[in-house]
Amino acid sequence: MSDTFDLGKMIFGRLSLEAIPYHDPIIVATFAMVAIGGVALLVAITRAKLWGYLWTEWFTSIDHKRIGVMYMILGIVMMLRGFADAIMMRIQQAIAFGDSMGYLPPDHYDQIFTAHGVIMIFFVAMPFVVGIMNYIVPLQIGARDVAFPFLNNFSFWMTASGAILVMMSLFVGEFAKSGWLAYPPLTGILQSPGVGVDYYIWALQIAGVGTLLSGVNFVVTIVKMRAPGMSMMKMPVFTWTALCTNVLIVAAFPVLTAVLAMLSMDRYLDTNFFTNDLGGNAMMYVNLIWIWGHPEVYILILPLFGVFSEIVATYSGKRLFGYSSMVYATVVITILSYLVWLHHFFTMGSGATVNSFFGITTMIISIPTGAKVFNWLFTMYRGRIKFDVPMLWTVGFMVTFVIGGMTGVLLAVPSADFVLHNSLFLIAHFHNVIIGGVVFGVFAAIAYWYPKVTGYKLDPFWGKMTFWFWIIGFYLAFMPLYVLGLMGVTRRMSHFDDPSLQIWFQIALVGAVLIGIGIICFLLQFYFSYRKRDQLRDETGDPWDGRTLEWSTTSPPPQYNFAFTPRVHDNDAWWQMKANGVKRPQDGFLPIHMPKNTAAGVVIAGISTVLGFTLIWHMWLPAALSLVALILATIVHTFNYDRDYHIPADEVARIETQASEVKA
Amino acid sequence: MISGCDWVVMSPSGDIAAQQADLIIWATVLMLIIVVPVIALTLLFAWRYRASNKKATYQPDWDHSTHLELVIWAAPLAIIIALGAMTWVSTHQLDPYRPLDRVDEGKPVPAGVEPLVVEVVAMDWKWLFFYPEYDVAAVNELAAPLDRPIKFKITATTMMNSFFIPALAGQIYAMGGMETQLHAVINEEGVYDGFSANYSGAGFNGMRFKFHGKTDEGFAQWLDTVKSQGTELSRTAYKELEKPSQYDPVRYFNTVMPGLYDAILNRCVDPGTLCMKDMMGGHSGHQDHSQHEADHYAH
Repeated sequence: MSDTFDLGKMIFGRLSLEAIPYHDPIIVATFAMVAIGGVALLVAITRAKLWGYLWTEWFTSIDHKRIGVMYMILGIVMMLRGFADAIMMRIQQAIAFGDSMGYLPPDHYDQIFTAHGVIMIFFVAMPFVVGIMNYIVPLQIGARDVAFPFLNNFSFWMTASGAILVMMSLFVGEFAKSGWLAYPPLTGILQSPGVGVDYYIWALQIAGVGTLLSGVNFVVTIVKMRAPGMSMMKMPVFTWTALCTNVLIVAAFPVLTAVLAMLSMDRYLDTNFFTNDLGGNAMMYVNLIWIWGHPEVYILILPLFGVFSEIVATYSGKRLFGYSSMVYATVVITILSYLVWLHHFFTMGSGATVNSFFGITTMIISIPTGAKVFNWLFTMYRGRIKFDVPMLWTVGFMVTFVIGGMTGVLLAVPSADFVLHNSLFLIAHFHNVIIGGVVFGVFAAIAYWYPKVTGYKLDPFWGKMTFWFWIIGFYLAFMPLYVLGLMGVTRRMSHFDDPSLQIWFQIALVGAVLIGIGIICFLLQFYFSYRKRDQLRDETGDPWDGRTLEWSTTSPPPQYNFAFTPRVHDNDAWWQMKANGVKRPQDGFLPIHMPKNTAAGVVIAGISTVLGFTLIWHMWLPAALSLVALILATIVHTFNYDRDYHIPADEVARIETQASEVKA
Repeated sequence: MISGCDWVVMSPSGDIAAQQADLIIWATVLMLIIVVPVIALTLLFAWRYRASNKKATYQPDWDHSTHLELVIWAAPLAIIIALGAMTWVSTHQLDPYRPLDRVDEGKPVPAGVEPLVVEVVAMDWKWLFFYPEYDVAAVNELAAPLDRPIKFKITATTMMNSFFIPALAGQIYAMGGMETQLHAVINEEGVYDGFSANYSGAGFNGMRFKFHGKTDEGFAQWLDTVKSQGTELSRTAYKELEKPSQYDPVRYFNTVMPGLYDAILNRCVDPGTLCMKDMMGGHSGHQDHSQHEADHYAH
C-alpha cells in the first residue's frame, strides 16, 4: 500500500489540466463571455464599494424578504443558462438532418440536455418557488420572519452551492450525459467513469439539503406562526398551497437523498444497488427516483396554483370562488401525488393491473385540478376584471394549462403511453404544464408582488411584451413537438434521417427564438421600470387593492414586517380590515425582538461546495480536510449565543410614523 | 384525416398499434368534452367581465354556490369514470405480455398458428435479433410475415433501452439481466422504422433498424438471404459483436451458438461465469447449470 501511495494523487485526484475543455471552441467562447461578464461585475461592485453592503445587508441576512429576493435572482441567472442550453438544442435539432451532423457532437449534446433539465428544475423552478414562498408566506400570515431564520439563510446558500457546482462542470471537466434523472446502469461507474455523474450527484445532494431544510422551516412557520385569529381555514390560498408543497418537500426529498446516496455508493464504493450484476437492479432506482420525482412536479406547481388564486381574486375584485373546495382540492392533490409515480414507466414491464392502478390514480388527480380551474373561472364570473400583467399571465395559464393537463391524462392511459412514452409528445406535454403553469405563474407572481418588494410597479409595457412573446413563442415551440411525437420521434436525439421532420423542428426553433426575445423583454422590464420608478411608485403599499395581509404593510415592508401583529377575522383579512376602515396605529409601539445576521450560512455552504468539488475529483486529502472543517464550522456556529437583538420602541415609532406620513 | 399525413403513431400498420391509436383518439375526444368548454368559458368570461364593461353584473361577495360546486366536481369525475373504465379494459386487452387472440379486426388467430418467436437483445449500440425457430440471427434488421402473431422476448447487454417500432406496437424496455415481452402482429407489407426510445448513451442516435413486414413468400426469401449471406454466431463472434460500436451495418448469422440468448439474458456468456438463474435458488436451472460446468471443464 505504502509504495503506491501518491501524494499528488491524494491532493489532486483526477483533476489535471486535461480537465479543462480548451479544445472545444463553443465552451471556450462561453467561458470567455462568462469570464468577461463576471470580471466586469466584480470590478463594478468593487468600484462602487458595494462588497461591505452586499455582505452585511444581503449575503449574511436572515431576513426572509432579502433571502426571497436572492432566491429569485439565483433563479433568473440560472434561467439564462438553462435557456442557452435550450436554444442550443433547438438549433442542433433544426439543422442536423441527413448528411449534416449539426454543430454539436453527441458527447456535447448529451451534456446539454442533461444540464438543461437539471438546471431548469433544480436551479430555476425550485429557487423561484422557494423564493416566492420566502417573501410572501410570512407576510401573508402576519409573522415577523420564518420559524428558523438562520436555517433559511443556510438553505439558500446550499441551493446556491449546488448551482455553483453545476456551473463549474461547464468549464472544469464535464457534466453528466445521462438525462436529468441519471438512470443507471448508464450512470454506473462502468458506463460513465468520468466526473459528469459525480457533478450531478453532489450538486443535487448539496442543494437537496437546502431544499429539505427550507421545507421543514416553512411547515413549522405556517403551522406555528400564524397571526391570532388565522385558523387553518382562514389561511390565504397561497399559504395553503405553500404548506402542502413544503409537506411534500419534507416527505419526498429524503427519498432523493437516499437514492443518490446509493448511486454514489455504487460509484465510489463498488456496491451493487443498481448494477446489472451481483443482484443489483436498475428498476429499483427508477422506482425510487420517481417516488421523489412525481411529488416534485407538484412541489413546483402547487404554489403557483396558489399565486393564480390570489391574482384572479384580486384583479376580479371579488372573493375567491369556492375557497374550501380549493383547499380540499390542494390537499387531495398533495396526497394523490404519492400514488402515481409508476406512470413514468408503464413500459418497464409491470403487469396490466399495476399499470391500470397507477393510470387511474393519475387520472383522479385531474378531478381536483379540474375543480380548481372551474373555481378560477367562477371567480372571474361576475367580477370586474382588470387586465394588468399578472392577470394576463393568469388567463394565458388557464388556457394553456388545460391543454397540457389533457395531454397528461392521455399519457396516463397505459396503452396510449406505450406509443407516446419518451417521445417528443411527452416533451411537449411537460413543457406545456411547466411553462404554462410554473413559469407563467412565476412571472405573474413577480409582476404581482414586485411593487411590494421595491415600492414601485413594473412597467406594464415591458410586462406585456414579455407575456406576448412568451405565449406565442411557447405555442410555436411546443405544438410542433406534439406533432413530432405522433410521428414517432423520440427524445434526446441529436441527428435525424427523415427530412420530412425538419420543418417542424424549424418552427420550434422560431418559437424558441420568440421565447428568447420574451426573456430579453423580461430583463429590460427591470431596467426600464427602475428608470421610471418615480412615475411607477406606489406609496400606499396596496397598489392592486389587495385582499391579504401582505398588502397591509408598507412597500417595501419594514424589517420586522408588522409593528403590531395583526388580528385576523376573515380569510381575506386585509380586504375585511379595509371594509371596516381600519387605521394604522400611531402610538403604543413596543421594542421588537429580531434575529441577528450571521455569516455561518455562507461559510458552511462554502465549505460544502469545496467538499463536493473534492469528492467529485477524488481529491481525498482536501475532501477529508473540508469534511473536518465543515463539522468544526457547524459546531462553532452552535456556540454563537449572540443571535438576537431588539429594535427599540422609538425606532419602531419613527419608521411607522414616517410610513404613515407617506401614505397620507 | 390524420392518416393522410405520415403520422405513424396515428396511422400504423399493425393491429396492436392501430388499437392504441384508436384509444388515443377516443380518450382525447372524451376529454375535449370538458376542455373545450373550459377554454371557451375562460375567454368568454375574460371578455364579458372586463373592467371597462360596466353593463356586466358585478357581485364582489359571491363566492359560493353548492349547486355549482357539485357540478364542478361531478363533471370531471364523470369523465374520469368513463376514461378509467376505458383504461382498465384497454390496459388488460393490450397488455404487451398477453398473447394475441386476433391478428386483425374480425380476424381471430387461426387454430394451430404458433407465434413467431423473436429474441431481442439491445446492445451498445445496435440490436441483435434471434429467430430460434430458424436458427438464424441478424443485427439491425428485423423481418416478420404478415398476419402471424409475433412474440418478442427482450433483454439488453448493459444499458437500459426501449424496443419500439411505432408502426407495429407500443414500446417496452430492454434491460440487462431481465426479460420483457411484447406480442404484436404486422398487417401491411412495408419497411418500418424501429429504434430505441430510451436514451442509452453515446451511440443512441444510431440505435435504429428497419422492420420489414413481408408476405409469407417474402419472409421465406428473406430467411434464405440470411442463410446464404450469413456467418456463424459463435461465442467468439458474439464477444466481438458485444464491443461497443455505432451505426453498425446490417449483418446476418446463419447458425447460432445454442443457448446464446439464454446466456446473454442470464449474464453468463463468458465460460465459467455462473448464470443468474442458477444464483437464485438453482433448482429450475439445473440442466443449464450442468451445461455450464461442461463448458467450464472444456476450457
